[in-house]
Amino acid sequence: MEKPNYRKHVISVLVENQPGALARIIELFSSRGYNIESLNVGHTEDPTISRITMVAKGDEHTIEQIVKQLRRIIDVFKVRDLTDKKKLDRELLIVRLNVDSTEKKEEVKRLVDIFGAQIVDVSHDTYTVELTGDEEQIDAFLELIKPLGVREMARTGRVAMVRALQGDTFGGEK
Amino acid sequence: MKLSGAEILLEALRLEGVKKIFGYPGGAVLDIYDRLPFTPLKHYLTRHEQGAAHAADGYARVTGKVGVCFATSGPGATNLVTGLATAQIDSIPVVAFTGNVPTYMIGNDAFQEVDTVGITRPITKHNFLVKDVKDLAETVKKAFHIAKTGRPGVVLVDLPKDVTREITDFFEEEYKIPVQIRSYKPVLKGHPGQIKKAAKAIASAERPVLYIGGGVVSSGASELVVKMAEVASIPMVATLMGLTAAPGNHPYFLGMLGMHGTYAANMAVTDCDLLIAIGARFDDRVTGKLSEFAPHAKVIHIDVDSAEIGKNKAVDIPIVGDAKLIMEELLPEVEKQVSKNREFLLSREKWLMKVKSWAERYPLYYEPSDRVIKPQFVIEKICEVTEGEAIITTDVGQHQMWVAQYYKFRFPRQLVTSGGLGTMGFGVPAAVGAKVGRPDKTVFCISGDGSFQMNMQEIVTAVQYSIPIKVAIINNGFLGMVRQWQGIFYDRNYSQVHLDVQPDFVRLVEAMGGVGLRVERPEDVEKALKEAISINDRPVVIDFVVDREEDVYPMVPPGGALHEMILPKYGKKKAKKAV
Repeated sequence: MEKPNYRKHVISVLVENQPGALARIIELFSSRGYNIESLNVGHTEDPTISRITMVAKGDEHTIEQIVKQLRRIIDVFKVRDLTDKKKLDRELLIVRLNVDSTEKKEEVKRLVDIFGAQIVDVSHDTYTVELTGDEEQIDAFLELIKPLGVREMARTGRVAMVRALQGDTFGGEK
Repeated sequence: MKLSGAEILLEALRLEGVKKIFGYPGGAVLDIYDRLPFTPLKHYLTRHEQGAAHAADGYARVTGKVGVCFATSGPGATNLVTGLATAQIDSIPVVAFTGNVPTYMIGNDAFQEVDTVGITRPITKHNFLVKDVKDLAETVKKAFHIAKTGRPGVVLVDLPKDVTREITDFFEEEYKIPVQIRSYKPVLKGHPGQIKKAAKAIASAERPVLYIGGGVVSSGASELVVKMAEVASIPMVATLMGLTAAPGNHPYFLGMLGMHGTYAANMAVTDCDLLIAIGARFDDRVTGKLSEFAPHAKVIHIDVDSAEIGKNKAVDIPIVGDAKLIMEELLPEVEKQVSKNREFLLSREKWLMKVKSWAERYPLYYEPSDRVIKPQFVIEKICEVTEGEAIITTDVGQHQMWVAQYYKFRFPRQLVTSGGLGTMGFGVPAAVGAKVGRPDKTVFCISGDGSFQMNMQEIVTAVQYSIPIKVAIINNGFLGMVRQWQGIFYDRNYSQVHLDVQPDFVRLVEAMGGVGLRVERPEDVEKALKEAISINDRPVVIDFVVDREEDVYPMVPPGGALHEMILPKYGKKKAKKAV
């Protein structure tokens, strides 16, 4: 049974772009028994710094511990829990669908249209669709499209950024 | 100046003020050892890499300086692991240098290759793999900076062999420029608002208790903390790591708290209305059942590591920073508050009286004997003969707890013991390191017959360098603490705890070049200790054959609350032994 206030948190981390930095973060989750749902790493405006966006599940105490433990890592610059901030929050989905009939092709095109997705690759009997959106949009799209026959799918973890109204994501101290 | 990587490393160590190194050579560090004789650094060749790590740790614990150890790649590095983990969990500053296979062979499963940084990542504060000799000097500088600042800890630097051979520029002046690590800026100064709040809470509490951890000792805050206890009439309790912060005979000092803590310490914590935790981390051996730990108390928690605050117990007034710097601000605030409130402080006498009555009612106690040697009696005698002035190292088990209970320490950094990891085999090599660090002090390793056998080879190291450590083996022919648990919680099913077959420790130590003594009767204890102390050119090991089934009390059963202690069976002489 899930505890009350046990929920998904979006945590954004700036780290030195160093070998070992990512390993340290991942090991922190395994060694302390935290649950990590997704993790995304990429460059930032500064090539020596990487940005990690992770989604972790836990109650407030666990998440507070995760944030504090992340801050202890020498290579970590800044850590922010973005969960309750106004933010942009995106995932990317690539999904290959079986479309062995005209009806299915039409149905896929219709859903692609509605969700603002794109068909990016086509074969005789498959369409490959790309969709960017927040978690809910992607889940909704998948739900509708699954009955048509998903052959293969890949999905990124989240990337997130605080909205300009709220200032920069990483203002202030570590 | 053009130097090889090996030379740069040794130069950097000299510039860091390193004088002593504990280590063990091997293929991957040949270039370093080749240059070592041409430096002012004194290297101690231990007989096992684990011994080198523990010796560096022991050296660091008694001096407050960074301990340094060397090992080769592969098995050299893996043998360091237990030693590094021991130091890291007790927040001891150690920098370890390991060799590795050349950069172009990394990942090839080469001879004596392991992923040293991978293996040691979870047991170090930070570690580095140096892939370019140009980064070496800066990395060494960072390693020392990280090890000794903020919450101290272990840093490992892995050096592929080609990096130690290659040549590059090295400038002493450049090395002396203070290091900047942009992602590492520990908070040291406490928040002034929080300090004021804490002072008010301290002055207005009815039943405050100071809960002293290892951070007080390592930051050098011991005197200030004791001063605060005196100024504001606060009883003090300490963790194993914090024991030496307060003098063992201080009237406000109740001794150790926790699983084998004193009755008075555990009751004071259970009953207090304000718990002032300084440099302590609410470890399970200290708190027992968390929900019943200091259940009526408001909590002040001072710690340099913000992740410790609120980790196990909710905190009302957190103050992040260095204990000494915070105490320098907090003590005058408390003095100010106290002077405003004289009458109230008098009411604290009631609390002190209550605490004292606990100490008198249930002091530490063992049934004395004139037939067999009681282990506690040996500790008391060691304390007496050394006038409470010796540096004591311990191994892990019953003897360790008896040291914590019965040796009355006088000054900070006097106790060298593996608190967090509980590493058997720590005591002897740690004593070697401690004696190297404090040659002016008598260094006594109090060990058990089980623990001693885990790193007894380091006696040879002590012989080689004429390091006159003393070792007292509290020999009960058992893995005593495990036996105690099997006795109490496993229906006396003594499984695999009999050490019936043992070396003759006296002849063994003599064979290694030390002095071996055996004591089997209580009346001979003092004489043997005096003899051991008079020997100053080589190690002495005394095999004390003690009562086999003595247990450590008080004892809080695992998962129990502190006030649910199992007490010793008090005999007639109870009143004689004050806490």
